[in-house]
Amino acid sequence: MVRQVSSLAVTERRAPATAVATGAVRLTGVSKVFGRGTSAVQALDQVSLEVMPGEFTCLIGASGCGKSTLLALVAGLEQPTSGEVSTSGARVAVMFQEPALFPWLTAAGNVEMALRARGAGKAERRQRAAELLRTVNLGDFGDKRPHELSGGMRQRVALARALAQDADILLMDEPFGALDAMTRDLLHDEIDRVCAGRSLTVIFVTHNVQEAVRLGDRVVVMSSRPGRVIDEFAVDIERPRRIDSAPVAELAARITDRLREEMSRDAR
Amino acid sequence: MPADNLTGGSSPNGRGSLPVAEQDSVPAYAEKLAWLESMEAAGSGPSEQRGRKLAKRAWASLWPKALAVIIVLAIWQIIHISGWKKDIFPGPGSTLANLGDQLKTGLLWHAIATTLERAVIGFGLAVLIGAVIGALVSRIGPLRAAFGSLITGLQTMPSIAWFPFAIILFGINTTAILFVIVLGAAPSIANGLIAGVDYTPPILLRAGATMGLRRLSLYRHLILPASLPAMVAGLRQGWAFAWRSLMAGELLVIIANQPSLGVLLSTDQDQADMQSATAIIIVILLIGIFVHTLFSMADSAIRRRWGLVGSS
Repeated sequence: MVRQVSSLAVTERRAPATAVATGAVRLTGVSKVFGRGTSAVQALDQVSLEVMPGEFTCLIGASGCGKSTLLALVAGLEQPTSGEVSTSGARVAVMFQEPALFPWLTAAGNVEMALRARGAGKAERRQRAAELLRTVNLGDFGDKRPHELSGGMRQRVALARALAQDADILLMDEPFGALDAMTRDLLHDEIDRVCAGRSLTVIFVTHNVQEAVRLGDRVVVMSSRPGRVIDEFAVDIERPRRIDSAPVAELAARITDRLREEMSRDAR
Repeated sequence: MPADNLTGGSSPNGRGSLPVAEQDSVPAYAEKLAWLESMEAAGSGPSEQRGRKLAKRAWASLWPKALAVIIVLAIWQIIHISGWKKDIFPGPGSTLANLGDQLKTGLLWHAIATTLERAVIGFGLAVLIGAVIGALVSRIGPLRAAFGSLITGLQTMPSIAWFPFAIILFGINTTAILFVIVLGAAPSIANGLIAGVDYTPPILLRAGATMGLRRLSLYRHLILPASLPAMVAGLRQGWAFAWRSLMAGELLVIIANQPSLGVLLSTDQDQADMQSATAIIIVILLIGIFVHTLFSMADSAIRRRWGLVGSS
């Protein structure tokens, strides 16, 4: 049921800038250094990673492993120091740990803003925003402002806003990290439901191993300082999954062991 | 080619087509969600209570003000009764009667209209100029380095010091007054905008960037609305400076045949008409309080909308 695909994604290979299929992400020998001289910090070291269109990939690792940097590179918010990031010009949407909603807009207004940025007309914006809010089970909350919503509801508005960008690739940077377990569990169901029937490539960063196994088609394990891909696990568990089911727990335990092994190596 | 091995075995599974069993769990899920939401939304009350709440709030903010007015009038009356400077210091009764008489004449209203017209034009110009300068300085690094501290410096400049300069430059006319109003108010307005742009939360800027908001649309849909609270603070301060500059200007730059509050006050001073002078001062004070209240209302409306205040 559960199997490990292979280890060591670190390659020295430098592929030419080949186009990848829409929705696919390819990182080739990507390094990222912040700062210069003695204060320089190597966030990523020779990371190579390939994500297939429609695949749900979870990145996991201790804090400081460059997970967020990797997402910023894929989103185009940062440029790599060396190596290559290829998304074939696909549309990329990002969800952060904070909902990052505009406080002066209603929930619907926030979703509409993403549509407006894409140049959608007024009628279309209104209709699509209502539709997307229903998708995340917030149909009745369109006229509420962010501060009138709970943390989980805000994060669902942020999800609707990300979906409104009609992106091929959705990057999620610990989106549920600040939520309680019950709300997080519901949002996992929500993500499953939303992703079903959409050809959405997802890269999901988390430091919660169970969450990664619950959601991902694949879990990529990264080491810290500098960030490297050290291992990866395919998650061949049938959906719908439960975070507390035996197969999820079993694989999560194996991944946790692998992480521990890596961290104790660091400590030495 | 280890990189190819990695992705070969991990095709997405199960998400393209939902198993039938999944559909059974949807109502239960929705139910859970509805319950959670009813708990979460319990804080915000229904709209019919809003009217009563509003009346309550109006009363709560009105009675301390009424009390303050009564206390001030009482102290004034006591001083008057005590006989301090009895010949020249008028009591509240005769002063308010004088104010009532003046309000019946066209002159005071004419003066109020002139003064307010200058205030509106001067403040409007200051807003325009301050906003343009603020927008440029906040977005263009070298301009900011060059003019940032100059703007703050101008803010601390007592605007009355500009009048000799303005009068020599423009003569004894309205332009001189407007010039000083703009110099007094524009720096505060520019600074408000700059502060607002500076404090636009970086996370919102990242969100805007990933949504595809660029340049003008980024400014219009994100940076400007995010700057609004700081901008209103700047406008409010700008108004205070504008109003002070205007009063100073009207006392210094006396234009013939153009009654204004400053001219009336100046005439009262020449004629040692204490009752009328005090009445005009009350008018100036009331106008100041009125405009300040408008800004406060705008400010608290924004804060409520943004959820920056509790239930006050």
